[in-house]
Amino acid sequence: MLLIECPWCGQCEQSEFHYGGEAHLTRATPESDNTELTGFLFLRSNVRGDTAERWFHAAGCRRWFNARRNTVDDRFICTYKPGQNAPQETTDA
Amino acid sequence: MILPAAKCGACNMQRYSLFNLIRQSLGYHRGWQSNWRTPAPKDHYDIVIVGGGGHGLATAYYLAKKHGINRVAVIEKGWLGGGNTGRNTTIVRSNYLYDESSALFEHAMQLWEGLSQELNYNVMFSQRGLMHLAHNEHDLHEITRRCHAIRMNGIDSELLTPRQIKQRVPMINLNARFPVLGALYQGRAGTARHDAVAWGYARGADALGVDIIQNCEVLGFDIQNNEVRGVHTTQGLIRADKVGCVAAGNSSVLAAKAGLKLPLESATLQAFVSEPLKPMLDSVVTSNTVHCYVSQSDKGELVIGGSSDPYNSYSQRGGFDQIEHVVGPMVELYPVISRLKMMRQWGGTVDLAPDRSPILGESAVSNLYFNCGWGTGGFKAPPGSGDLFADSLANDRMHPILQPFGLERFTSGELIDEGAAAGVAH
Repeated sequence: MLLIECPWCGQCEQSEFHYGGEAHLTRATPESDNTELTGFLFLRSNVRGDTAERWFHAAGCRRWFNARRNTVDDRFICTYKPGQNAPQETTDA
Repeated sequence: MILPAAKCGACNMQRYSLFNLIRQSLGYHRGWQSNWRTPAPKDHYDIVIVGGGGHGLATAYYLAKKHGINRVAVIEKGWLGGGNTGRNTTIVRSNYLYDESSALFEHAMQLWEGLSQELNYNVMFSQRGLMHLAHNEHDLHEITRRCHAIRMNGIDSELLTPRQIKQRVPMINLNARFPVLGALYQGRAGTARHDAVAWGYARGADALGVDIIQNCEVLGFDIQNNEVRGVHTTQGLIRADKVGCVAAGNSSVLAAKAGLKLPLESATLQAFVSEPLKPMLDSVVTSNTVHCYVSQSDKGELVIGGSSDPYNSYSQRGGFDQIEHVVGPMVELYPVISRLKMMRQWGGTVDLAPDRSPILGESAVSNLYFNCGWGTGGFKAPPGSGDLFADSLANDRMHPILQPFGLERFTSGELIDEGAAAGVAH
């Protein structure tokens, strides 16, 4: 099982977390046209490799955070709080 | 003594028959030819199919067989059927709620029923019947509704009582933590041999002149004036009038190389097999509520699967916790297997669409087509998907059965929401 570093609680088992999909999506607004809405609702980068994604610590602090993870070997590169930009340096979580 | 086997009339293929078996046995079986050639890619093809799994090979086969287009190449980055075609639980069914899905999957089912004869290759299609269990009042309402909808579409479907389920599956524990209250049953559903589907279609396509090029990865597309002209591969540029991408879990990666984004997320779906047992289960039993499904292979192993891992991944491995999620309900439903050992586990990368229905259609790039989004249920469809996708590629328009499955549905909102209908990915 994966061990995930929650920015608030520290390292916990993956079964405590919910996956929240791709991070840093630009939200659609009431003024958005159908194409923008499709992009926000459905289209995903679905990266093979280093990607930024959202996680929710459901059975812990119940707070959202972001993570950088490699989807080929599932290794977490780092986790960071919402509102922050993805750290560029590689640190072992 | 090496004897040439009798060939079939129109093509160069060595047919499998009792006569040929006897003939070859006289030569100590050294006269069998390989099932397909290993050609070097040509400079130009009418159609290039990217992805040598069941769907891609079936597309190539029907292009050559039904439409007479044999200047076709199938490009595979690994080996044939090494992706999801070889990484599933081999279940075939066509009992879907919506008309669009029914049309598509029933078309596939009807082709499955004659596939071994069509390909002269035993795909071991076994229509042993499939049950969806209901564990609560809501499940009962849902399967009743689905049963009627399926019958309205002319597809066989019936409801079973707990007593009937027990008769068919004596080892089931009806009074489990989530009791078994009924089941939706399709008698024509069943299993098939996964590798044989890839090999059978590859052999058939090759005999009709299709070039199957393995160990050849697509690095990019040659796109001019928003029209695809070919693919850049590890074996050089291969020009093509049309390109069909049938790459399952790696579809998004391919799309990105053409500058496109697809409504797909790739996740790992795991399955496992037990040690072999004497015959104990002669149908397929699935449960959406506790989410595990099981059948018994011809070798006697129980083939077990569940839901996909909960996060995007291309690892083809999956997490241990997901195994526990599947094995727990399995032991509760079938206490007799509690001491059974699991022999092998594997994972495939499934491409999940938001509505859990496949995506087939032309992309924003002209002549670049996608056949993807089959998610956790692709194995039941290669014949139908290949036949209809080939028809669409050959005629430059989507086949009427495939029209609802285009990318436009994510903008128009006309989703085919089988995911919500079944309550799970399926």
